[in-house]
Amino acid sequence: MAFDPSLIGRCYPVAGTYQVGREKIREFAEAIGDDDEIYRDPSAARARGYSDVIAPPTFAIILAFRAQQALLRDPELGLDYCRMVHGTQSLRHHRPIHAGDELATALHVDSVRSMGGNDMLTVRCEITDCAGDPVTTARSMLVVHHSDAEQDR
Amino acid sequence: MSRRRRDEVAEGDELPSLQVRVTRADLVRYAGASGDFNPIHWNERAAREVALPDVIGHGMLTMALGGRLVTNWAGDPGAVVDYSVRFTRPVVVPDDAEGAVIEFSGTVARRLDEGTVVVAITARCAGQSVLGQATATVALA
Repeated sequence: MAFDPSLIGRCYPVAGTYQVGREKIREFAEAIGDDDEIYRDPSAARARGYSDVIAPPTFAIILAFRAQQALLRDPELGLDYCRMVHGTQSLRHHRPIHAGDELATALHVDSVRSMGGNDMLTVRCEITDCAGDPVTTARSMLVVHHSDAEQDR
Repeated sequence: MSRRRRDEVAEGDELPSLQVRVTRADLVRYAGASGDFNPIHWNERAAREVALPDVIGHGMLTMALGGRLVTNWAGDPGAVVDYSVRFTRPVVVPDDAEGAVIEFSGTVARRLDEGTVVVAITARCAGQSVLGQATATVALA
């Protein structure tokens, strides 16, 4: 099933905001095995010029992923989550995310295309702070394999 | 630790390499921390149903581990202004104590301007590259 080209340009804003907490940053840092104190100790973060602990560069995927879930649940797309693989990911940080941030996310569908038995969907999440200033732009290319293509693997 | 200075960096510099072992327990922990509970990352049956050989690691976990290579070197995670990867091959994580070992290396590929460099990252698992076109843009002090 190819994606409907009319999806391009659609925007799916995430309801509510995401409160970035110190313990969530610590949990994420532990899950990626990073022991840098800047993720755990507010005084260590302040000594390095930040107002509070900052998040690892890929932390923003938590927000992007939540936004994608809303899209994937859209019955119009009829996506099978298990058949989806992550093709590419880019994260552009306009500033570091830190504890205390209250962030909003809006997902934009940038492109859809089909190639070699795969459907590809490129989405962009714009993450902004409560002042509306840009924090992170997260671009993901998601690939859905057709079941007939799987027989060739 | 403080942010690496521009006069300490030249094109061609190699970053200290990083080797990380990933087990099923690490995948479960990352699933919880990131919110990505796709069963192909923890359930063999779900993985095989979509023609994967076994459970595979989250691409974003591989990307995050590669990020450690860069932030350790940069001396400040806030120095990473852009980070992009292509997921070229899955990291297959068997249900044993060995798991999978991913080896990361990086090179200062080019200078964008006086204070900004692009680091090219490689990630290999079981002798094969698992990330392609992986680059991080780092703002130096």
